[in-house]
Amino acid sequence: MALNNMGRPTTPQEGTVTSTIETVSGNKALAQRELLIFEVGTPRRTGVDLPEPKGSKSRLGGLERTAEIGLPGLSEPETMRHYVRLSQKNYAIDLGVYPLGSCTMKHNPRLNEKVARLPGFADVHPLQPQETVQGALELIDELAHWICTLTGMPAVAMSPKAGAHGELCGMMAIRAALDAKGADHKRRVLVPESAHGTNPATAVQCGFTVDEIPATDDGRVDLEAMKAKLGDDVAGIMLTNPNTCGLFERDIVEIAELIHGVGGYFYCDGANFNALVGRVRPGDLGIDAMHLNLHKTFSTPHGGGGPGSGPTVLSEALAAYAPVPFVQKNDDAFELVETVEATGGDSFGRMCAFHGQMGMFTRALSYMLSHGSDGLKQATEDAVLNANYVQASLSDVMTVAFPGTCMHEALFDDRFLKDTGVETLDFAKAMIDEGYHPMTMYFPLVVHGAMLIEPTESESKAELDRFIAVMRSLAERATGGDVDSFKAAPIYAPMRRLDETQAARKPVLRWTPGEAAND
Amino acid sequence: MRYLPLNENDRKDMLAKVGVPMVDALFEDVPKSARLTGLIDLPTHMTEAEVESHLTRLAGKSRAAGSGSFFIGAGAYRHHIPATVDHLIQRSEFLTAYTPYQPEISQGTLQVLFEFQTQVAMLTGMEVANASMYDGSTACAEAVLMACRVKRRKKVKLAAGLHPHYAATTENQAQFLGLDLKTADCAPGKDSDVMDGLDKDVAAIVVQSPNVFGEIIDLELYAEAAHEVGALLIAVFTEPVAFGAIKSPGEMGADIVVGEGQSIGVGLNYGGPYVGLLACRQKLVRQMPGRVCGETVDAEGKRGYVLTLSTREQHIRREKATSNICTNSGLCTVAWSIHMSLLGEAGLRQLATINHEKACELADKLTAIDGVELVNDSFFNEFTLRLSKPAKQVVDAMLKNDVLGGLHASRLMDGQDDLLIVAATETNSEADMNAFETALREALS
Repeated sequence: MALNNMGRPTTPQEGTVTSTIETVSGNKALAQRELLIFEVGTPRRTGVDLPEPKGSKSRLGGLERTAEIGLPGLSEPETMRHYVRLSQKNYAIDLGVYPLGSCTMKHNPRLNEKVARLPGFADVHPLQPQETVQGALELIDELAHWICTLTGMPAVAMSPKAGAHGELCGMMAIRAALDAKGADHKRRVLVPESAHGTNPATAVQCGFTVDEIPATDDGRVDLEAMKAKLGDDVAGIMLTNPNTCGLFERDIVEIAELIHGVGGYFYCDGANFNALVGRVRPGDLGIDAMHLNLHKTFSTPHGGGGPGSGPTVLSEALAAYAPVPFVQKNDDAFELVETVEATGGDSFGRMCAFHGQMGMFTRALSYMLSHGSDGLKQATEDAVLNANYVQASLSDVMTVAFPGTCMHEALFDDRFLKDTGVETLDFAKAMIDEGYHPMTMYFPLVVHGAMLIEPTESESKAELDRFIAVMRSLAERATGGDVDSFKAAPIYAPMRRLDETQAARKPVLRWTPGEAAND
Repeated sequence: MRYLPLNENDRKDMLAKVGVPMVDALFEDVPKSARLTGLIDLPTHMTEAEVESHLTRLAGKSRAAGSGSFFIGAGAYRHHIPATVDHLIQRSEFLTAYTPYQPEISQGTLQVLFEFQTQVAMLTGMEVANASMYDGSTACAEAVLMACRVKRRKKVKLAAGLHPHYAATTENQAQFLGLDLKTADCAPGKDSDVMDGLDKDVAAIVVQSPNVFGEIIDLELYAEAAHEVGALLIAVFTEPVAFGAIKSPGEMGADIVVGEGQSIGVGLNYGGPYVGLLACRQKLVRQMPGRVCGETVDAEGKRGYVLTLSTREQHIRREKATSNICTNSGLCTVAWSIHMSLLGEAGLRQLATINHEKACELADKLTAIDGVELVNDSFFNEFTLRLSKPAKQVVDAMLKNDVLGGLHASRLMDGQDDLLIVAATETNSEADMNAFETALREALS
């Protein structure tokens, strides 16, 4: 069909460049305003088609639900639009640099998604007879082999459902080992003050008390302070390595010896294993337990906050206490050991129904196989190199928290913002306007106004150079006295800064009928 | 390697900028004894096609539930998931986003969480819900800890119909905190024993309905008994579709409701990831574990959403947190919420009715067989049969006819060797049910 151009302007006309206007719809072109499902759907509408019920007599014990539930339904096209519009209000790795320190926002390969959906993994019930799930058990066993080999550890518990659940697993194994020795006076766990909040919370959830160890001026565990805290009541230490400042704990072997010297155990938080894979085996450092975050190191998607997966490696001293269930390779088949009795009675128990995050296992193994031992090592080196490149490229305009090179993440503090009126939060929000997700901010707690940047190995040099140029110009603008634009940021995000205080003071945690939309 | 964008020239230039001659210099803090020189003893890289072929071969060694007659439930249920759900959760913006800590660029995830919390509260008949837990079993354990905090008491009683994995998960957590957990041997028809001998030391009783045998429990009696001694009723479920047909725990007086959400939007996945649901009364909210999303306004007064009440959580409260939990089931909550939006109340009720009718029809078919007796009078889409032969033996025999005909109770508990737990859903055809009937008849003859 020929294009009818009669009367149709083909170039922008003079005088059409105006400032912003408020649209009638509230939309801004591609940025669509979206109400809640409760405001667009109704309980009578549905987006599924099901066969008509036959109307047979019910056997619900007289407990039929008669009152209205109120759940709104949407047709399929409305559903599609609702969630596509919402999705467009999210930042994502697939959209741009997501340099959240400690979170390892690396590329999520789509091959992983494809294989995780194979019916032999995705459409298998956890309680099917074992002879019908040999492929699933073999996959778990194969992944366990990769994990044990990469960490240099003899055993792995696969069932923990996330990193913090893995921490529980490791600390429960430590409790069980201590209890088996009758060491019920050993209840104090040493935790560096730079630790993730999950570490102290985990220790307490396993019945331990927490004793904090300070950091040295170079961002590592203060060995002398640690020695001073050692005693017969010490159950162990929880230490992240590389630590949350992005630094390798140089004294780690000595720390392990010291903790073992008082009959304690060494829990290593494996959140930062992405800095070590293929170059260092934690088993060679003297650790007793460590969780892996498959959603960090091994590329399973973060999914807006989960699901995670936290397989936990255990030393010879703790392996017997591992939770059920676990997969065992026998001569002719794989077996799922499901009860404490079947383990001989040492297992500390069960951490969840079923066998862990199978969907994440498939994705993680797909990633490991793709990279292989050579690719995993290269990925580690690139992750560390990228972080150091960012640090070196910004060190003259921002303040590096600790001297020297870093591992997989670069930590800056807010000294460079001193007396500018701009705070770390403002700096982060200004990054949003520039099209970047901010780095981790105000963590670790040992550094004032912390900015923790973890680029991961997934960024190209060109992408990093653009990022660095933006960060440099923001730093220069901040120190150049331009406070207002930082305080106003973000301006171009789907929303301006949100009032978190109001949210916490008067919690509105659900929609209630009759609530008017004020957007 | 296809996932790594740097090339050798980039690396050389970048090392020069960093000021080190080679990458090894960046690892010099590692003790010499722990530095690896060569490659770890694992296979080297594979092409995308090779990986896919290897994993497809492995997947082929398992019998997919949907490839034949299938009737296993007991905590995970096979339902049809609309194609829309799986498409939408694979959108990059949901799939590859982190926890919504920067709310200005995370409103998509946050609004879904707010909607999810509301849907869960409506479904369970409660006032509020959190943004999900790992799964039903861990949600159950967390609810028990929560009740002990709320009541400042240490004794909790679990009913005999609670899924044994849930009981074991809760027991495991409780043993490390010195809680006095009273468990019951799992058995049908014994739930009400949990109300015997309640006293002022009891923080909560934990009752599942429909219970692990499929029996529907009138929770009102349990709520009254608990409240009489100042304790809470924690109601547990493993099949959320049931609440399209039966009264919600909230309507019957439960104080905390926890359960497995997998049936809605999340596949079987051989046990995970799933999505734990946790709902409670408004007044208990500050003792609730886990992430929660709340409504607020932005600087221009527009309605928006943020993660809130974080002073309960580990990243702020550290050793004083309500739980060490750090993630939620993120993408599974999105899937759950999308599926529930597609269903709506009308669709959910219809789905529930069909499930119940399938189960009734199947129960009639199977109990017509000699040596088969129905254990529970009331049920939703799952019921328990007492067989004239050990159920494990019967399950194995039926498998020879490619029928996955329910779960022998002995897989989950001791002393109930003749019980078979059977679930039916909308995915079961007439032909599936007939195959089951034939296989069971044959196995028992």
